[in-house]
Amino acid sequence: MDGLDFGVVARNLRYLLSEGLVFSLTLTALAAAGGAALGTVLALMRLSSQRWLSVAAAAYVNLIRAVPLLLVIFWFYFLVPYVGAWALGRNEPIKVGAFWSSVITFTMFEAAYFAEIVRAGIRSVPPGQTQAGYALGMRYRQVMALVVLPQALRNMLPVLLSQTIVLFQDTSLVYVLSITDFLGAATKIGQRDGRLVEMYVFAAIAYFLICYALSWQVRRLQSRVAIVR
Amino acid sequence: MNYPWNWAVFLQPSPDGTGTYLGTLVSGLAWTVMVALSAWALALVLGIIVGVARTLPNRSIVRLATAWVDVFRNVPLLVQIFLWYFVVPELLPASMGTALKQIQPPWGAFLPATLGLALFTSARVAEQVRAGIQSLARGQQQAATALGMTLPQTYRFVLLPMALRIIMPPLTSEFLNAVKNSSVALTVGLVEVTAAARAIQEYSFQVFEAFTAATIIYVVLNLAVVLLMRRLEKRLAVPGLAWAAGAGH
Repeated sequence: MDGLDFGVVARNLRYLLSEGLVFSLTLTALAAAGGAALGTVLALMRLSSQRWLSVAAAAYVNLIRAVPLLLVIFWFYFLVPYVGAWALGRNEPIKVGAFWSSVITFTMFEAAYFAEIVRAGIRSVPPGQTQAGYALGMRYRQVMALVVLPQALRNMLPVLLSQTIVLFQDTSLVYVLSITDFLGAATKIGQRDGRLVEMYVFAAIAYFLICYALSWQVRRLQSRVAIVR
Repeated sequence: MNYPWNWAVFLQPSPDGTGTYLGTLVSGLAWTVMVALSAWALALVLGIIVGVARTLPNRSIVRLATAWVDVFRNVPLLVQIFLWYFVVPELLPASMGTALKQIQPPWGAFLPATLGLALFTSARVAEQVRAGIQSLARGQQQAATALGMTLPQTYRFVLLPMALRIIMPPLTSEFLNAVKNSSVALTVGLVEVTAAARAIQEYSFQVFEAFTAATIIYVVLNLAVVLLMRRLEKRLAVPGLAWAAGAGH
């Protein structure tokens, strides 16, 4: 074996960042936003007094949380074209690009995890707040949007952001769909140039630096937003 | 939406030599259980050691243990497994590297995947162990010291028995995570449950039957782990200490 040559990283840095890392970050951002929105809906459903709503939400959340992300990725990769055909009234499964397939997958997967965080966040708001809202003549929608959720968000923000860092790490699993995310880009160049060792070491260091820096920021934020009671 | 359902596919002969597609799934289940259990056992031992190390009255040990947790928590599991599978054999002395690469197929993937999963999980277990120890009243340690116990005795007889009981519920979810994360082993070629479902889909085209079967297997594995841990929790509960029983309401 000839020696290591980390020059391969420098020569391909533009591609690694502009193709790979941008994909990973975009996927993370879209899935986190979609997952948080859908997760909030699921959490409200779970806390609803309508029994069928809470049962349906609980079933979805528990099922998704019981299976590995990789299996969910495969499920949606094959399921989405069929569901799309059904929704659009077509006879043939529709074509969904790898990018949108992974956005849908990660959104649906993260929603289950975000739902549990939001549910805990809502429960952390004292019931007196809800009662006060109703006493002021607010409707359910107003109580939730104006009183409960803003306070819940503040309580759960650090956990939500930590979960987003985990999501960023998990996006590397789109590797199994041969998508050019950050790890996929590193793999492609490593295989082309016979430099897998250098590329994987670089990828590990890059992921570490990004995630470590982000979790350090989350810890700082945590101490700043903590409500002194 | 017209999908040709065929649940009898599992009884058809499979091209991988395990007899039927059902055999493929069973063999996948065996590998999933093996990876998850071996990684979990190793992660538990390492996690307790590192978690304890983070609470010791010695700065350099604490720093070392903190670095362990930071490194193994902030690199994606997939990348860690690739490091053990592709990178480590190249960085070792040539003879050792070649020996590693010549390990027979399932084991050649099993070892790096299990090691990667174990170290990844150990960082999470360590965090729980540290949190458990730090949640104990300071008086516990002081009482042990007052009784003339050495530091190892304090941990062995006072702090760890309490801390480990307290963290049983979070440890259960880490165990569940280890079972689910064992699926990442498919990326280095180990045919565990998810890879088995994928193989059935590729050979027979019955994608939804295969994935449904895999989903059911994971749900059952989850239930088994939860029930097992709950029984363990009950058996280990200290009589009269409700908070230590965790789930006991």
